[in-house]
This record gives sequence, C-alpha cells and structure tokens, in this order.
Amino acid sequence: MEILQLLFFYLVAFVTIVSGLCVVLCKNPINSAISLVMTFFCLAIFYVTLHAPFMAAIQIMVYAGAIMVLIIFVMMLLNQGAEVVARCRHAVVGAVVAAGIMMLQVLVTLKHGDVSGVVGPVNSAMIEEVGHTELIGQALFTDFLFPFEIASILLLVAIVGAVVLAKREV
Amino acid sequence: MITITHYMAVSAILFSIGTIGVLTRRNAIVIFMCVELMLNAVNLTFIALSSHLGNMDGQVFVFFIMTVAAAEAAVGLALMIAFFRNGDSVDVEDFSLLKW
Repeated sequence: MEILQLLFFYLVAFVTIVSGLCVVLCKNPINSAISLVMTFFCLAIFYVTLHAPFMAAIQIMVYAGAIMVLIIFVMMLLNQGAEVVARCRHAVVGAVVAAGIMMLQVLVTLKHGDVSGVVGPVNSAMIEEVGHTELIGQALFTDFLFPFEIASILLLVAIVGAVVLAKREV
Repeated sequence: MITITHYMAVSAILFSIGTIGVLTRRNAIVIFMCVELMLNAVNLTFIALSSHLGNMDGQVFVFFIMTVAAAEAAVGLALMIAFFRNGDSVDVEDFSLLKW
C-alpha cells in the first residue's frame, strides 16, 4: 500500500513536471495553454492527496475552468501564429542558470532544514468529520473576515478595470 | 512514505520552470501563463505546509491567491488586447514605447 502511494505520487509528479516543461517549450501558444490545463489538473490531484478536497475543486473550477478559458479566448481573438525562435541564446542560458541557482538553494534548504513549528488542531480525521469546506468557511469568516471584504473590492476594481481597458474608443 | 519534502521539491521544480519561461519566452500571453505556473507552485507549497502543520491558515491564503490571480487574469488580458489594438503584436520586444 505504501509503495503504491509512492508510485502514484511519482507518476503524478512526473506528469506535472513534463506538462510544465511543455508550457515553456511549446512554440504554439495554444499547445502551451493545453499543457497548463494538464498541470492544473495534476496539482488538483496533489491537493486531494493532501486532504484538501475543497481546494482541488476550486483549482479545477477557477484555474482550469475560468482563467484558462479567458486565456484561450484572448488567444483566439488575437489570432497570432507560432512564435519566432529566440534570437539571443545568452538570454536562454542566463534564465536556465538563474532558475538552476534558485532551485539548488531551495533543495539544499530542504535537505538541511526541518519543517517544524506549532502544530495546529486540524488533521485528516477532523477533516473527515467536520468537512473541509466548513473548516475553510470558519477560518474565512472569523479570522480572515477583513481580507475577505478587501478581496471583494479587489474583484470589483478588476471588473471595472478590464472593461475600461478592453473597450473600443468611443 | 510521502513526506513534505517530496511536495516541496515538486513545487521548487515547477517554480523554476516558470522562471525559465518568464525569462526566455517573448509572447506576452505565454509569459502570463508562466506566471500562473509560478503562482500554482507557491499554492502547492502553501497547501502542503498547511496539511503538514495541521493549520487551516495556509489554505485560506491559497484562496486569496486564487482571487488575486483571477483579477490579474482579467486586467492583464484586457491590457494585452489594448496593446494588440495599438501595434498588432503581443511580442514583449515591441513593448518599447517608454524606452529612451
């Protein structure tokens, strides 16, 4: 059972990373977008294995649903072909070096550090009993009520801003 | 046994892939998608640590990150449409109006 879980994790991680690479490497933006949807679905699987089913549902509805539809819609609207191949190789080399250094730092920190701290009351048994959505709701409407209200104002500003920016000049 | 380190390693690799994309691609929409990839890598870290530490706060943060990402998508794509209408291109090398 244990080894099966590990195998499943490695399979999902492999698909996540390969589709993440496809996002960066595909010449056609539509193929990048489809790979990104695949990455989002794999991340939703990770969230389920981490006992966060509400987050997995939100991930699929908001990211794989709403945001990707918006991106693909704009791509179709602008009707552009494949990107020309990068002219300057030093930019690619610099980017790979920068990302490599960053990843090395994180991995070294992970290897030598220990993730610990104050362990809270929420565990998988409690999530089974109370329900994940209810736990999120309780946190959202008590401790995080003010940020929640600010988020609604942010969304309103984003709606108005998007309409103003994208409308034709009258 | 799947430990927290496994999830953090996947997250670090995804974030690095996103960084490479932002620095090398020149289509503004693809750069935008790579930024979404980096945001998702951070979300995975938040949820993994929240689950590991038995605390709900990390997942509420992911909720807010998704809100901000949705707002960013709406405004960013509207900006791209406005750019495209001005110059028939979303290549970042053509966005040089402020270059001196």
